[in-house]
Amino acid sequence: MSAAVQPRKRRRERSDYLKQALLVLAAIGAMIPVSFMLMTSVKSDDQYSDDVLGLPSPLTFGNFSDALDGGEFLTWFKNSVILTAGAVIASTIVAALAAFAIANMRFRGRELLLSTNVALMVVPPVVMLIPLFIQFTELGLVSTYRGVILIYAGLTAPFSVYLLASFFRTLPNELFESATIDGASHARILWSIVLPLARPALVTLIIVNSLWVWNELLVALVFLPDEQLKTLMVGVTLFQGRYSLNVPVLMAGMLVASAPMALLYLAGQRYFIRGLTAGALKG
Amino acid sequence: MLKVRSHVPYLYCAPLVLLLAVIFAYPIIRVFDFSTRLIRGASGPFIGLDNYRFIFEDPTFKEALKHSVLLLLCVPVLLVFSILLATLLYEQLPAWKFFRTVLFLPYILAIPVVGIVASFMFQLHGPINQALEAVGLDRLAIDWLGQEKYALMTVALVIVAREVGFGIVLFLARMMTLDASQLEAARIDGAGWFQRLRYVILPEIRWTVEFYVVVASITMLAWVFSYVYTLTQGGPGTATITMELYIYNVGEVQSTPGMASAAAVVLLAFTSVLIALLFFARWRAARAEAQGA
Repeated sequence: MSAAVQPRKRRRERSDYLKQALLVLAAIGAMIPVSFMLMTSVKSDDQYSDDVLGLPSPLTFGNFSDALDGGEFLTWFKNSVILTAGAVIASTIVAALAAFAIANMRFRGRELLLSTNVALMVVPPVVMLIPLFIQFTELGLVSTYRGVILIYAGLTAPFSVYLLASFFRTLPNELFESATIDGASHARILWSIVLPLARPALVTLIIVNSLWVWNELLVALVFLPDEQLKTLMVGVTLFQGRYSLNVPVLMAGMLVASAPMALLYLAGQRYFIRGLTAGALKG
Repeated sequence: MLKVRSHVPYLYCAPLVLLLAVIFAYPIIRVFDFSTRLIRGASGPFIGLDNYRFIFEDPTFKEALKHSVLLLLCVPVLLVFSILLATLLYEQLPAWKFFRTVLFLPYILAIPVVGIVASFMFQLHGPINQALEAVGLDRLAIDWLGQEKYALMTVALVIVAREVGFGIVLFLARMMTLDASQLEAARIDGAGWFQRLRYVILPEIRWTVEFYVVVASITMLAWVFSYVYTLTQGGPGTATITMELYIYNVGEVQSTPGMASAAAVVLLAFTSVLIALLFFARWRAARAEAQGA
């Protein structure tokens, strides 16, 4: 990634203006949905019906309080936070342990485990949906946090192992040798050498997995039918039905729902991009 | 490599293996089993391949399969747009970092949010059509989501618009690792922008292209539920139903898990082909790397 900063000074070509124009055009396209959300969320409903495209005037901020009214948003938000935190923590721990063994130890079945892992990265969750639901119904895990945390941890585990193992593998061998000579146990090596060195990879992983769990809809829809346990994404689809005739309130709700991840992205853009592209850059 | 006693690695891997067994292995085994049974509750009598016969006789399943395959047409579109925009960013024109942030922005919005926002933007009298009419393009102001012949195209458009952000960032990150001096040499030799892309950049990023094609294909087959659910719920009629939505509807809404499982097996078969391609691409990339290519 450090290559990104190398300065490449050169004469400006005439085609640069065309390229710049194309970029501006693409950027405008990318901004359309966000601008529509922003603009509509501060219009009154009457204003929206009269003039869908016009700029909002006067600005109306009542839509946000209408959207947040009743505290449902808060409940959905809380549920999403609990599930995301639980699943990401569980997935990271399980993956770090396994990745340590896969990357830094020799054992029979290692290749098999790694290949299975890669294959599972691309198995669609909907394939497991029906059996998991029946199984979880028998076990009384439907409509529980721990049941859904287990599913999300499982679904994100293959990518987590893949990412961490490719990072752990880059750690120099001498590190382990000298630590072993100093009498450090394997657990100690993982805890005080590998994990601290892997901080950037861990941050990347946590961000990417949080984004995935936070945005997930299908599992949340099926496994959390209980009103009190709905996640933000399921809540957002309920909102769609309820406010289909009051688009400004709906857009205010969409904006509130998008805010946490947008802020996380702007704060940790580097880690986001590194994590999302991790799969493709290294073998 | 760390020297440890032989049982130690297995202890480290045990939680993962257990987790994967519960969430992937056991359900996948059971989905095959379910697909041959008339499921009532948690199991049911064996009925052979009847569930498969039922789904292949179900016109909705055929529609779902057709649409999922049609959505694969998004892949080349995504590929072209992401490589094109990534090369434009790679030129590091003024404010390119700002453009990168903006172009990635749609990808940060949750899919359900994108779907819902788009479902209003594409309404018959919504902002998109009003804008088209305002600039005199009345003929383009179609009923994007309401008419059967346009709905799937609109869904595809929304998918491409959001997913392209990922492709751009992926290819840009790969291009950033290229040797800039080669490009500079090509430039000095008078190679135009397209020639540099075609003869210098593309050969270098081939593996990333292969990876992206496989990942994007899997996305189209198996990860578009959130788009379809929020944009159209599969409608109008069955005009935008996909495999995922079909499995969800048949299994969870209509409560015929046997048929849903048969459809899941069909979907798994399709993705398995892509998984095999992914392994092939990885293997080739590893071999190329080993040869110092």
